Parts: sequence; structure tokens; C-alpha cells
Amino acid sequence: MKRACNWLIAATFLLGTATSFAAGPATDDSLYQALGGKAGITAIVNGMLNNVADDMRIVHYFADANIVNTQHGLVTKLCAVAGGPCHYDGLNMVDVHRGLHITPAAFNALVEDLQAAMTHLKIPLATQNRLLARLVPMRNQIVEH
Amino acid sequence: MRFSLTLGAALLLASTAAMAGQGRLLATGGVSNIEGQAGGGIVPWAVIAGYGTRDQSGGTAFVTNVGTGDYNLTALGAAIGIDNRFEVSLAKQHFDLGTLGTALGLPGKSLRQQILGLKLRLFGNLLYTAAPQVSLGVQYKRNLDGALVRSVGAQSDHGVDVYLAATKLFVAGAFGRDLLVSVDVRATKANQIGLLGFGGDRGDGYNVEAEASLGLMLDPHTVIGIEYRRKPDNLGFAREDAWSDFFIAWFPSKSIALTAAYADLGSIATLPDQQGFYLSVQATF
Repeated sequence: MKRACNWLIAATFLLGTATSFAAGPATDDSLYQALGGKAGITAIVNGMLNNVADDMRIVHYFADANIVNTQHGLVTKLCAVAGGPCHYDGLNMVDVHRGLHITPAAFNALVEDLQAAMTHLKIPLATQNRLLARLVPMRNQIVEH
Repeated sequence: MRFSLTLGAALLLASTAAMAGQGRLLATGGVSNIEGQAGGGIVPWAVIAGYGTRDQSGGTAFVTNVGTGDYNLTALGAAIGIDNRFEVSLAKQHFDLGTLGTALGLPGKSLRQQILGLKLRLFGNLLYTAAPQVSLGVQYKRNLDGALVRSVGAQSDHGVDVYLAATKLFVAGAFGRDLLVSVDVRATKANQIGLLGFGGDRGDGYNVEAEASLGLMLDPHTVIGIEYRRKPDNLGFAREDAWSDFFIAWFPSKSIALTAAYADLGSIATLPDQQGFYLSVQATF
């Protein structure tokens, strides 16, 4: 049992170290580069939107959307979030989703479509997770309360 | 009979309370622990069973076996999750006394226990809030072999456990992988989680015990980790140790999960060093 206890203590330290790294500054563009720059992010967004088009759980949320604007907004937003040289000048996350009544399940469905697109593009899991970690805090502004 | 009636009522409640659905992300319902709640294998987590979000219901059914050579524990049960807020679970355990049963002149004897669990998510979201997901759980446990457990010093054949669990998934938390951390504190009188009754000759009050799980998502389908659970030591005839395990859980889809573990259950009813493999299958709906 002491062994298990020591394991837990060691693992907790590891966790502390790991999260302090994970929470590091977003000022560098290493994630942007890892995602393949603007071209890579465009491919990810296109892949995700293709998945959405076939996703009966959420495709209706996009029924009235201007798909060109949506695609451009997503690429610019993800580029900026990843530390790339893009300036997102669209509506903020609250306003752009206002009135859409986005449920927690719909938000997660989009996450799954994004993950599937990145996996299809053979983006390493650690890179996928770094991007997802930066999107997680936005969920609160997107889902209807 | 009463068991299946209660389960039927819970299913009916779930089906009328909310739409079925699996809107949460893969593996975020955990697996079924040996006492029936969503969690790790031996420690409950703050997560609600199934994959339902705030307007969805779902649930799980499971079978688990732990064999140490001397003993064999089989657990089966089901849980309903409602609105990602409430969980109702039922489990039945058969603890085959094996070696000890033969030594006592009771070959083939097993101890049986039923557990009704309720869990309420108080606040937080495993994944999306800075604070962990925190839930309060209650378990009503009834040992069906009261005469035998009383004969070794237990004060009662039934008891209530109360626990507070905090669980958090850190996205890209370690090595670029998602890291799950869960801790809980439990007030309990149970001896060997209730298989040897409740309270004893060495103490009949509530003990507050700590439990913890740590898991790393190797990929979206696979979690490895460790668990640790402290327990009271109420019985004079046999020392009781904490439990721990190393586990790997595989979630091929939102319908099924398979868990394999190596568990160290310490000394049980005078037989020391009880270790062995833990295998569990969970169906999710």
C-alpha cells in the first residue's frame, strides 16, 4: 500500500509540473506551426465542416449560416487561438452564437467532428489536445445557459 | 425480485425525465465501479453514469470479476444517469470465500451484498469548468449474510456510506494527453466495503476515509491509471488494508467499455496479500 501511496504522490507532483507547462503562454506560434500553419488550419476547418454536413445531430444549426463567412471566421479564430498571425475581427463568441440555442450535446458533437477531422489529417494527438485545451474555455460563451 | 423492481422503476423514471442521448464525449462517464456507480474500478468519481448532457438520460450495466486465488468477487449491476445531474445505481456482489470457506467447513460459501447508490452532481463540469466536477453520493448497503458477518464481530448487516467526490479532466494535462484526477472522502462503517458487515468489536463509529484515482488518456479510446482506497479497520479477528489497483480501460465506442486491472486488496479475513486480476465489461445506453 505504501507503494501505491508513493505512486500517487509522485503522480500528483508530475501533474503539477505538467499543468504548469500546459498553461504556458500562448504568445509563441508553435501550436500554429504544429497544425500546419494557415493551410493546415484551413484543411482542419474544411474537414470539420464536411463532417458537420453529414452530422444529423448538429447540421441544422448551420442551416441559415453563410458558409463562406462561417468557414473564414473559423479559420481566422483557430489561427489566432493557435498563436498564428491572424486577427479575428468577427463577432465575439457570445454574440456570434446568440439565439442559436446551442446545447452542451451540440457543442460536444462539434468537438467530435473537429477531432475526427484532425485525426483524418493525421495530426498527432498531443497537437490535437493542445488545440482543444485552448478551445475548452470558450465553451462557456458558446453554449446557451 | 425487489432488486429488479427498483431497477425497473429507475428505468421508467429515467425514460420519462429526459430524452435518451449520448451527448458527452467518449469515456467521460467513466466505468462502473464494483459498487455500481460511475467511476473507476474501486473508487467512485463525480461523473454521472452514461453519456447524457443536461437534457439527456442514459445509463450503464456491468459485470465485474476480481479473483485473488483465495477469493473471488463478482459484481453486477446497473446505473441510470439523469440530466447529467442525478445517478441511481444498483449492484449485487457475490464474494466467494473459496479457501477460507473450505477452512471454516463451509465449502462453496459466499457473502452477498446489495448496494443502492444515489449521486448528485453539486457543481462543475469534468472538462469545461476551471473547478472540478463535484458530486455528493450516498450508498445504502445491505449484507445478505448477516448471521455470518455478525459471528466475526460486525455490529450490523447494513450501513450507509456518504462520499464527496471531486473529479477533473485536464486537457493535454500531461505528455500532451488528457489527465484525469479524482479524489473523494467517504464516511463509512463498512468492513471490506460491507462484505464483512458494518462496524465491529474494535469500533462502531463512522470513519472518514480518502480515495483517489489518477488516469491518463493514451488516446481518446484508452485510459490507464491507478487507484487507491483507504478503508476502516473495525474487526478484531482480521486486519483490513487499503485497496489499490493499476488499470487499463478501453472504450471502443459509447456503447461498451472493457477494463482490466491488477488489484492489491491487502489482507482479507485473515488471509494476507490478496492480489489478482480485475476484469469488467460495461454496456452503456
